[in-house]
Amino acid sequence: MEPIRQIHSQTVVMPSTNIDTDQIIPARFLTTTTKAGLGKSLFADWRYREDGAPKPEFVLNQPAAAGSRILVAGHNFGCGSSREHAPWALLDYGFRAVISTAIADIFGNNALKNGLLPVVVDAPTHRWLLDHPGAEVTIDLESARLSLPNGTVATFAIEAFARHCLMSGLDELGFLRSKLPEIAAYEAAHRK
Amino acid sequence: MTARTMFDKVWSAHEVVAETRDTPAVLYIDLHLTHEVTTPQAFSMLRAEGLRVRRPDRTLATLDHSTPTRTDQVFGTAPIKLDAAAKQVRQLEQNTAEFGIELYGMRDARRGIVHVIGPEQGATQPGMTIVCGDSHTSTHGAFGALAFGIGSTEVGHVFATQCLLQRKPKTFAVNVDGRLPAGVTAKDLILAIIGKIGVSGGTGYVLEYRGPAITALSMEERMTVCNMSIEAGARAGMIAPDEVTFAYLAGRPRSPKAKDWDDAVRAWRALASDPGAAFDAAVDIDASSLEPMITYGTNPGMVLPLGGAIPANTGNAVFDKALAYMGFHSGERMLGKPIDVVFVGSCTNGRIEDLQAAARILRGRKIAPGVQMLIVPGSQEVKRLAEALGLADIFKAAGADWRESGCSMCLGMNGDTVAAGAYAVSTSNRNFEGRQGVGARTLLASPYTAAASAVTGRISDPREML
Repeated sequence: MEPIRQIHSQTVVMPSTNIDTDQIIPARFLTTTTKAGLGKSLFADWRYREDGAPKPEFVLNQPAAAGSRILVAGHNFGCGSSREHAPWALLDYGFRAVISTAIADIFGNNALKNGLLPVVVDAPTHRWLLDHPGAEVTIDLESARLSLPNGTVATFAIEAFARHCLMSGLDELGFLRSKLPEIAAYEAAHRK
Repeated sequence: MTARTMFDKVWSAHEVVAETRDTPAVLYIDLHLTHEVTTPQAFSMLRAEGLRVRRPDRTLATLDHSTPTRTDQVFGTAPIKLDAAAKQVRQLEQNTAEFGIELYGMRDARRGIVHVIGPEQGATQPGMTIVCGDSHTSTHGAFGALAFGIGSTEVGHVFATQCLLQRKPKTFAVNVDGRLPAGVTAKDLILAIIGKIGVSGGTGYVLEYRGPAITALSMEERMTVCNMSIEAGARAGMIAPDEVTFAYLAGRPRSPKAKDWDDAVRAWRALASDPGAAFDAAVDIDASSLEPMITYGTNPGMVLPLGGAIPANTGNAVFDKALAYMGFHSGERMLGKPIDVVFVGSCTNGRIEDLQAAARILRGRKIAPGVQMLIVPGSQEVKRLAEALGLADIFKAAGADWRESGCSMCLGMNGDTVAAGAYAVSTSNRNFEGRQGVGARTLLASPYTAAASAVTGRISDPREML
């Protein structure tokens, strides 16, 4: 994985609360056996008409959204299914971070393991972001700070080890495998 | 020694390495359940890294999500209609053979929905840590196991190390007093709980359902409750094991036998939360005051008693969007609304007691003209039982479609879908937009309510038919 230190981008705003993983990528696209190419199915039922043509009113189909790497979403983003296809689709589309006031547990875990930053901010910061779509913001991973163009700097919580792995481009499996002697000892001690 | 919660006991018994400020705990996983949809990328990772599955003996695979439910497709007299699904099924067959994992394959009598077969085979046991690449893994918490859904990367971690890196979640006591009235089910109870704490109310917590209304539930009812913990945002829900649990597990194929059984039960009795154990959060519910519940919106928290009216918007933009999707308005009553489809099945309500509930309503009755009713057993074993008990005959006589087991119409990825705009009363767990098919409108309810609505063709109160 590429190390991540800072993400600087204009935002795309989807203010809906409780955006579930069935919206992020509907189940019918889960019959794939790879991670590749899911970006085209991101938000498929909100993004395309039945005939496959883009719905012009949907935010990702508007010219201002082009090239954005940061999605600002309503409270409780990523609830529902554990499908890792959700962060894969967001990443494949081009997003590198999601900002909300709450991000569902399993989605947040899956996002961190793939280099998509789940950024949970306080309500006033979130309100400002919802009110200013397209704002140029900077997420600094080392200091765990989000800087807004109005000068506000908000901090966000991120699990220490996940941050370390993201900043150094490490895969968590390497760390877990370094514990194999402890795992074998545990199995022996607990007759497992 | 300080009083500990059941969660704390199970967690600490599985800590290979405790968490620190800088690193999460290394948590040992006793049972890894797998299926065709969330494993292909994990097997690819193993292959790319040259790794093996560390404990195939703690891993079990089944086919359920993208698997068809039509008998001719399951038993190979007709090809699986969806090519991509057929490819996933073949891949799981190849992957489990290559990595030495036991698979309950397409024609295996033990096959079924992953959260139905674990308990049914006795693989799910109290005090275990259980994971699966599926959010409804919370179901297994009904046995006093710590069970939660994971993503495909973590599926790979468990394959390679039998462990996961985890931060310790907080605990949340859901105290349910009283007793469920007649015609009000475990499904109604969990919908009421989600309505009360909200769809993100459990985020970051493991729920423990406690109190007289919970201990009065059967094992299958407890599974229905724990199953939908994730719909409140909680990764896991737990219920203390007791005599009901032990009676359910005794004699199952993978349950401990003879002296091992006695030792196991002794250990399981010690799992319940100690008196006075502190929880990080709590909520109180009175089961005696509950009614059958039904959802009216596009998440399981948008729920009301069957006799109630859709509330007014209190300034939430998404509320109007949800009602527009559903074709509903504030102030409307749910009872009497016409419906098109009824689905009885899923990991929430696809067990034998659920089918018995549906049959109690359908016996001697016919489903309304123009209504499509699909009844899908949660496993092949549930199917066999339902046929042996004569339930399948009741369903067929009523005009319902009786299928092979699988996730089916709970999620539109196996050929069973609800048409755009159609209203489906469903015993499944999610009423998200498009969950059952593009544009489909889902109304979550109990098997009783689903069957009663099938008979009248309108949302109906089952208590009038019992």
